Amino acid sequence: MIEWLKKMLGTQNSSSTAKERLRLVLMTDHLALAPEIIENMKRDLVDVISRYVEVDREKVEIDFEREDRALAMMASIPIIAVNRPTGGGDDGEKPPVTNERAQAEATASPSTASPSGVSASANASAEPPKRRRRRKQPSGKPATAH
Amino acid sequence: MHELQPMHDEAPAAAPVKLGRAIVVTSGKGGVGKTTTTANLGTALAKRGARVALVDADVGLRNLDIVLGLESRVKYHVLDVLDESVTLDEALVPDKHTGTLMLLAAAQTREKDEVDTEKMRELVQRLREKFDYVLIDCPAGIEMGFKNAVVGADEAIVVCTPEVSAVRDVDRVVGLLGNKFKPQLIINRLRPALVKKGKMLSVEDVNAILRLPLLGVIADEPEIIVTTNKGEPLALRDEGATASAYHAIAARIAGEDVPAPTVETKDSFLDKLGSFFGGRRA
Repeated sequence: MIEWLKKMLGTQNSSSTAKERLRLVLMTDHLALAPEIIENMKRDLVDVISRYVEVDREKVEIDFEREDRALAMMASIPIIAVNRPTGGGDDGEKPPVTNERAQAEATASPSTASPSGVSASANASAEPPKRRRRRKQPSGKPATAH
Repeated sequence: MHELQPMHDEAPAAAPVKLGRAIVVTSGKGGVGKTTTTANLGTALAKRGARVALVDADVGLRNLDIVLGLESRVKYHVLDVLDESVTLDEALVPDKHTGTLMLLAAAQTREKDEVDTEKMRELVQRLREKFDYVLIDCPAGIEMGFKNAVVGADEAIVVCTPEVSAVRDVDRVVGLLGNKFKPQLIINRLRPALVKKGKMLSVEDVNAILRLPLLGVIADEPEIIVTTNKGEPLALRDEGATASAYHAIAARIAGEDVPAPTVETKDSFLDKLGSFFGGRRA
């Protein structure tokens, strides 16, 4: 009843709004003040992604955007080529479909893969130049692990 | 921006005199009550018998003399001393109320850039030889004026009001100061009734973000305005909640173990009505 009365008199909890705004603004401030940390995060992020696909390190971009009530990290990581997981332990159990799709996206990206770039990776066994062509025939089984 | 270095990292090898403590009162944001806080803390420390020098580092916008009621007695200022046109003793204005408090006023018609940082450091050092406490009233901002105010200090008190902008600025200033200044927090202008209604950030809200040692909380009381109007710091009084709060902070600065600061909450009419009906606030 009192809550209702308070609402009727325009008493609203603005301190929680203040708290939320403060939390967000400080998060943004601290990110802006910590370019080193952002650089490290970018490096680690690229390292992890590089285990699966080959990316263009020079063109990686990371941004932070305020969205209403949250801070979002936007990463643009151009993929040069997809490293097919072969050999190295049991990693090669990915379904072929996933591989196909990732590959399609990678080749569709404007940063077109130079075949030599692919061969630099340890996992890219045998047939790097053929990859782009195989996209056109999804029936071709890429998975050779088992 | 590189981290600012406090003056005394290690104790001097053979100090003939025990140096006083140089504490900068800062906030980043303007209008949160730095000058009023400096005046009252200086007064409260002086009332405890300590020799206190207050330095107005807000060159160009001199105000500490007004809050202390000493404006008519200021003849020389910080820059006169730095220029060596007068001696330090000539420039220090004794406070008529406490007897042990002295003011070194800021220059009103000069600019902050005119202050030589190295000379400012030396000046604070000289004051530390004469006084138990040197409180430096820092200008708003984080530019040259801030650097000159901080350069001679070895401790910092940050003043923050329970507002988003003030907390943000204190956060920035504390980041600039680094840990060496051991910054301690005073939350100023708190309105307990508003906090209770959820209309103002609470002490806990503010310090959940800043995470600083809490030196004290000063409520937003009309008597602070009245005493500022008169040029008689509230801390001259022995009694009253706000005066006591200043005295408690002074005691804490002096190293006494004073219980955690509490702020009396005056219940609003609706709260009283609520308890009358047995209702509970969320």
